[in-house]
Amino acid sequence: MSRPVRFNIKSKATQDWGINMADSPEGFTGEGFFATSFDKVVGLARKNSIWPLPFATSCCGIEFMATMGSHYDLSRFGSERVGFSPRQCDLLMVMGTIAKKMGPVVKQVYLQMAEPRWVLAVGACASSGGIFDTYSVLQGIDQVVPVDVYVPGCPPRPEAIIDGFMKIQELVHNESLRRRNSDKYKLLMESYGIM
Amino acid sequence: MNTMSLTNDIIQQKLTEKFGEQLTEWNEPYGMLTFTAPKDLNLKVMTYLFDDSELNFKFLTDVTAVHYPNRINEELAVVYHLHNLVDNVRLRMKVFAPVAQPDVYTASGLFSSANWQEREAYDFFGVNFVGHPDLRRILNVDEMDYFPLRKEFPLEDQTRIDKDDDMFGR
Repeated sequence: MSRPVRFNIKSKATQDWGINMADSPEGFTGEGFFATSFDKVVGLARKNSIWPLPFATSCCGIEFMATMGSHYDLSRFGSERVGFSPRQCDLLMVMGTIAKKMGPVVKQVYLQMAEPRWVLAVGACASSGGIFDTYSVLQGIDQVVPVDVYVPGCPPRPEAIIDGFMKIQELVHNESLRRRNSDKYKLLMESYGIM
Repeated sequence: MNTMSLTNDIIQQKLTEKFGEQLTEWNEPYGMLTFTAPKDLNLKVMTYLFDDSELNFKFLTDVTAVHYPNRINEELAVVYHLHNLVDNVRLRMKVFAPVAQPDVYTASGLFSSANWQEREAYDFFGVNFVGHPDLRRILNVDEMDYFPLRKEFPLEDQTRIDKDDDMFGR
């Protein structure tokens, strides 16, 4: 017996799948218009279209591959487009051991990204050097670039990477449009020698 | 091709005929002929091993160093692994240098592969290969101001202050 062909036409079924739509921000709505503050719209748009730049050097990178794969599917969060040019990307995902000799490379990649940019340190090595408490390994990438979210684990499961990614989304969503011009942010950049 | 295959005994005999009692500490761990040469003689011995038509050691497999803090005035050993590709025979030659002045003649004139490996031995042990065309660090960061595989330096990154000695065994 042939298998019956079904298309996604049953509206009842699609409702049961529980598709989530982003809530609209606070604002005034009327017939044919919706008024809200600019940074809320920008935050909403940025949050759901983050382009990650994977900087994968070891086993955490393998977990990231699983995260991007169909089972965990990071694309659900609007990160369909993994970029391999820092100039196109918003989020630097550092996954794996960074040797001291690799440190300047991470920093160079960070410098080539355009503002606003975020950094996610995935795994124990990127966060703190991990088990590699040794003369040749950078003891956490926050020694060369500012980090927004740390994901613990050795390596972290894809769920943990997704959780870290959602924390980044939260930061992106709530970030003030003026934050990158503030004195505090400039001081932070200066502390890393970035001007 | 030799009618009789090249054995460790023949190599030892030929080297002893040429260099006499200057070559010491003859040994055969796992069947690999090993001996120690005076450090000023390292190039002469290697050139003889290279040029002699019977010995024919024309390939340098490895150059590395070892730090023996207890061997006073000869703390640093430089170890050469040579390979005769025709008869498939390998041997190991060691020279010892004092850590205070670790000058050893470079083998990079004889074997081009020594260039990289001597830089590595310099990087980790600080062996000063006299005559090397470009002796600078190769694997570690250029800013490093010590030779990390010498025994007096601990393995751990000394810039960290947040790790508890009791918990991390440091």
